[in-house]
Amino acid sequence: MLSYTVKRLAQTIFVLVGISLITFVLLQVVPGDPVALMLEKRADPETIAKVRAELGLDLPYHIQYINFLKNAVRLDFGTSYFTKEVVSDALIRCFKVTLKLACMSFVFAAAVGIPCGIFSAIKRGKGIDTVVMVLAIVGVSAPAFWVAIILQIIFGLKLDILPISGFDGISSYILPSAALGARYAGSMARITRTSMLEVMGQDYIRTARAKGSGKWAITMKHALKNAMIPIVTLVGTDFGYMLTGSMLIEKVFSIPGIGKLAVDAMSNRDLPLLEGTVMYIAFIFVIVNLIVDLSYAFLDPRIRYGKGAA
Amino acid sequence: MGFFNKQKKFEQEVMENGMQYSSFYGDSFKRLKKNKMAMFCSAILVALVFIAIFAPLIAPYDPTFQDYTAVLAEPSLAHPFGTDEYGRDILSRIIYGSRVSISIGIVAQIVASVVGVTLGSLAGYYGGAVDNVISRIMEIFQAFPDLIFAMAIMTFMGKGVLNLFIALGLLTWVRTARMIRGSVMQLKEKEYIEASRACGASTYWIIMKGLIPNCLSTIIVLVTLGIPNAIMYEASLSFLGIGIQPPTPSWGNMISAAQTFISYRPVYSITPGIAIMITVIAFNIFGDGLRDALDPKLKT
Repeated sequence: MLSYTVKRLAQTIFVLVGISLITFVLLQVVPGDPVALMLEKRADPETIAKVRAELGLDLPYHIQYINFLKNAVRLDFGTSYFTKEVVSDALIRCFKVTLKLACMSFVFAAAVGIPCGIFSAIKRGKGIDTVVMVLAIVGVSAPAFWVAIILQIIFGLKLDILPISGFDGISSYILPSAALGARYAGSMARITRTSMLEVMGQDYIRTARAKGSGKWAITMKHALKNAMIPIVTLVGTDFGYMLTGSMLIEKVFSIPGIGKLAVDAMSNRDLPLLEGTVMYIAFIFVIVNLIVDLSYAFLDPRIRYGKGAA
Repeated sequence: MGFFNKQKKFEQEVMENGMQYSSFYGDSFKRLKKNKMAMFCSAILVALVFIAIFAPLIAPYDPTFQDYTAVLAEPSLAHPFGTDEYGRDILSRIIYGSRVSISIGIVAQIVASVVGVTLGSLAGYYGGAVDNVISRIMEIFQAFPDLIFAMAIMTFMGKGVLNLFIALGLLTWVRTARMIRGSVMQLKEKEYIEASRACGASTYWIIMKGLIPNCLSTIIVLVTLGIPNAIMYEASLSFLGIGIQPPTPSWGNMISAAQTFISYRPVYSITPGIAIMITVIAFNIFGDGLRDALDPKLKT
């Protein structure tokens, strides 16, 4: 376990450096001079040169990259060109909102997807199985932002029971969480069903049935427990996607989360904010995946031995 | 017992009809034809491609024609899905939008396949340091959250269809590269490759003629299953305003524009989404069917 952990950690650090390098290269190819953009049109060439020197933009690229890395490690991305807010403050403020949204979507997806998958596996081939699986395919194939708008139309406008924008108070959390979670509920239902069916074909389930255990006990105690491993991995990765892929939902419901921050930074070409959000989101995603992998290896010893031997 | 019965049946068939030869792709097609759901979806896809190619003949109006006497009109016989805020016919815009979605899906997958097959086969064939470098690059690309990566590329390189192709291609090449790398690693140990090496074939020849044709079925499946992904990303980026720019109709930017009018004209935002969903489902089910038909062992 230790050698696997060390190996996985080293890989994560390597990946993070790679991500910072890609971000840095992308920042260099942005059309237009960021300093001219920052000072707007009225600046004369002398001022521009002075600011460039202050920001260290006149240094050679490799030194600039090292400075960029140093600042990124200290979470120092400068201040936004537009709102003048310190980027790391904005990141933390928005991340709290997104974390809340992701957690609730996660609860929604798990609470809907996993029971539906189990139910579908038990009633395999029956009408209800078909209905659940069709719904799951629709959930996976429909764009999340479109699902969000449909929910707004049905629950916000036609039935008029839930607010369609903002993010304060329990009632305003429901629609965004359902919209963000719908897709993952679909994929969780599918993987749960597949995994359950696979396990239910095993000999020990037949043995349990032969010794006369009740159907409920077999499903819950024997089948579900063993079917959990693929579900847990998927669920963990999904959480990473929810944390980092919420910009569409945040835009539909005007939720001031990290995704909206990134979208705003992009439309305003606000480079420090953009750099901060991209690095931050990538960082969160990589760390969540690291935790998922490690916990997976912890749960299933076959993984760490398999990888350790290779 | 089963085996002997099969053998007997086979012999009987040969005696009755003579030896039947069938190619690998012929067999696969037979298997695919038995999958009713996949065949149904392939019919939908053919129809979609047909609609996209002949959009000017099918669409009742020019997608950019603005009729100010019918702004945000209700669905009627003249405008089955109504009109948008500039009085443009929504049905016509959805029909033209299929051109954007399908062409972007296909071109992005061509980009992804070229990059993925090249890097994947190099990594698989050479192994060692080459494999190490390419695998690390793949890890970095895979670790980037997909949407933010595409958004970053689009912002940094500028909005434009060409950049959209590149961004979407870069998002999806890793999966292709990984699969091809695995297949090539297995195939290069086979005797026929050894034989061509013994005959003095060049590395280029071995990869192009010996290895890649044998990965073709994998590539076909990856492309088919990659297209709906690319379509979804395109819709998402266009919805965020960094993909296809209006007035060119794309399903994503139509939903984005329609968002303002959901209380007044909900049909405007619902219909483009249904178009996306049908396309994505059809590609996914057809792709799954292809995978089962071409290579039952292949699971992505």
